Amino acid sequence: MSEAIHQFTATVPTWSPYVTPVDLATATPEQLAAMKVTPSNKGVSPYVLTLAHDPESLEVRSPLFNLIMYGKDGLPSAERELGAVGASIVNRCVYCAAVHASRFIGLTRQTDVIAEIFAAERNARLEPRQQALFDFAAKLSTTPSEVGAADAQALADAGLSELEQLDLVLSAAIFGWANRLMHTLGEPRAD
Amino acid sequence: MSTLIETFAAVPATSRLGQALQARAEIFRLSEAAHDAVIVPRDPGGLSHALRAALAARMCRLLGDAALVGHYESYLAHSNDLDVATLAHPGGSSGDVRHDAMARHTDLLTLAPRKATRGDITALKEAGISEADIVRLSELAAFVNYQQRVIAGVRLLKQVATS
Repeated sequence: MSEAIHQFTATVPTWSPYVTPVDLATATPEQLAAMKVTPSNKGVSPYVLTLAHDPESLEVRSPLFNLIMYGKDGLPSAERELGAVGASIVNRCVYCAAVHASRFIGLTRQTDVIAEIFAAERNARLEPRQQALFDFAAKLSTTPSEVGAADAQALADAGLSELEQLDLVLSAAIFGWANRLMHTLGEPRAD
Repeated sequence: MSTLIETFAAVPATSRLGQALQARAEIFRLSEAAHDAVIVPRDPGGLSHALRAALAARMCRLLGDAALVGHYESYLAHSNDLDVATLAHPGGSSGDVRHDAMARHTDLLTLAPRKATRGDITALKEAGISEADIVRLSELAAFVNYQQRVIAGVRLLKQVATS
C-alpha cells in the first residue's frame, strides 16, 4: 500500500488526485485535444487527466509552462529549476519540489545544493549566485510578497542579464501556479 | 497590442528590460490567453464570469495589487451581477453556500496554499461543488497568483534596471 509523503525528497513520487480524473474513454473532443491525446499518444498522467476537467485552461497552460521552463536562450535550465524549487519550498509542494530538484541534480550533479535546501528550506546557505536566485524566487512566492528592490539588485550584482532576471521571475511565478494545482488537488505517494 | 502583464508592468520598450520582455512576447501572449480561459471561458461551468471576476478582485486585494483589483472590478461591473459583488472583498460573503465555500478556498490558495489538505477539497464537495468546478476554481486562483507575481516581479526589475 502506498503512503502519502509530507517531507521534501529528490526521489520523484507518484501523484494521487483528491478529485476523480477525467476518464479517457468518455473524454470530450476538447478534453482530448487539451491533453494532446492522439492515436499514437495515449499515455496521460493522473495530473493531466485531473486538469482536463478545465480543458480551456489546460490547453493554454501546457505550452506556456514549457516555454517558461524549457525555452532555449536566457537563464540556464538549471537556474530555472532552482527558481521552481524556491517557489515549491514556500508553497510546500512536495511533488513539484521532487521533480524539479531531481532535474536540477540531473543538470548540475549538485546534490549538496538540494540537500541544503531541503534541510534548511528558506534559510538555505548557497553560493552567491544561487543564493540570489533562490531567495528572489522564494520571496516572490510568499503572500504578501516579501521580495524587494534589494533582492532584484542582488540578481544584477550576481551577473544576471535583464533577460535572465525576467526568466527567473517567470519560472518562480509559473510555480506559484503549478504548486497551487499540484499541492492542493492531490498528494504525492511513495510506491 | 500590449498584453495585460506588459501594460501593468509598464516597462519602457527601448530599455534592456523592455527588449527582454519583447523576447518573451509569446509567453505574454499565452498568459493573456490563460487569463481569458479563467476569467471569460466559453464553458464557465458552475463559475459565472461575474463570480470569476469577483474572486479575482478579491485575490488581488489580498495580494495588495490595486491596479489588478481595478482591472477585475471593471470586468465585474461589466457583468452587472450584484449578487456576487460582495465576494470581491476579503471577508465578504454572498449567503450562497457554494459561492462562500469557493471564496474561502480562493483565500486559502492565495494566502497559504502550503496549508491546503485533502479536507479542503472534501469541504468543497460537501458544499455541493462539482469536481469539474473544483478544478476550474483552482485554475482561476492559481492563474491570478501567477499573473500578479509576474507583474510584481517585473516592476521590481524595472526599479533596479540601469537603462
